[in-house]
Amino acid sequence: MISDHMSGQPDASPSGDDARVYSGSVRDYLELFKPRVMSLVIFTALVGMVVAKGHLHPVIAAVSLGLIAVGAGASGALNMWWDQDIDARMSRTAKRPIPTGQVTGSEALSLGLSLSVASVVFLGLIANWFAAGFLAFTIFFYAVVYSMWLKRWTAQNIVIGGAAGAFPPMVAEAVVTGSVSWDSFILFLIIFMWTPPHFWALALSKSGDYEKAGVPMMPNVAGPDSTRTQILVYTLLLAPLGVVPFFMGLGGWTYAVVSVISGLLMIALAVQVYRRREGAAATKAEQALFGFSILYLFLLFATLLAEHAFGLGSGFDVGPRLVSGII
Amino acid sequence: MLDDKNADGGVELTPEQKKMRRTRNIAIAVALAAFVAIIYAVTVAKLGVNVLKRPI
Repeated sequence: MISDHMSGQPDASPSGDDARVYSGSVRDYLELFKPRVMSLVIFTALVGMVVAKGHLHPVIAAVSLGLIAVGAGASGALNMWWDQDIDARMSRTAKRPIPTGQVTGSEALSLGLSLSVASVVFLGLIANWFAAGFLAFTIFFYAVVYSMWLKRWTAQNIVIGGAAGAFPPMVAEAVVTGSVSWDSFILFLIIFMWTPPHFWALALSKSGDYEKAGVPMMPNVAGPDSTRTQILVYTLLLAPLGVVPFFMGLGGWTYAVVSVISGLLMIALAVQVYRRREGAAATKAEQALFGFSILYLFLLFATLLAEHAFGLGSGFDVGPRLVSGII
Repeated sequence: MLDDKNADGGVELTPEQKKMRRTRNIAIAVALAAFVAIIYAVTVAKLGVNVLKRPI
């Protein structure tokens, strides 16, 4: 079996691949695609598409968005195939379809590879080959650079690997315009800087899990104190970065207000994580930051979407005028 | 997970496994139908009225 050969781990399915009955439900197969990650990808890519300066037929846009989502799902399946050994050892991931034996590693690999190729080829045929190449690079980055290389090697795994989750708005802009610009790059940067405080807030309370699985996550490599400092530093960088789209003319007044207030709340919660280091208070602060970080990203992107797609935005020129006045 | 062999030496599925297989087959059929519909819609969107502009 390829999975055994590549990972050096026994197959996680109880019966093995060779003579097994396919017993997984449709839901098990869908779980391979990490639906929650897919929904984030669809949402951020949609915003990338809406803010892009160009026009695209709605059918082509919708199908392209679907193909980006399929590419993300396929890389999720490849990640589950590769990580089946460590997934089985962590409480957060032990109920995934491969560790529970509902789907075999080989099935996940086949689905991941075939859907990766299909999503890239069809995006090339339907949209353009630059966007398709970018999607291929994103899948490669997540499945190979992050999953196979960084995750088990360095505590910076989710910092660098976070780029894979941040690329979708750029791929989406590439679909619309055939190129990328500073507009989607700033959206990329926001998601990129958001990933470490978001993920480490979760990792702080799950550090035992990662330790057990041998994954070098920041809390069990540099220690919880260092992780808390880094969470605060990244959040202090993220909050002002979140306001930058206003100064670029990408967001209007509403975006400016939402990004400033939610950015300040992110900083306040990161300070709580930094200060509360022991016991239930620490866990509560970590969970609060983790939960709010999801809302924070949603608010920023939802505001951009509302301003651009539904015409709710005004004052797009205020930010750029302020910048040119200062310069 | 391996099932009892039937008289022909093949695998006899349990009723639950048969139900799962049926659901998977339906899901694959739906996915294929959706794929065909998507390709049709994309073709129409890409060609648009140009499909009528053929040289006579």
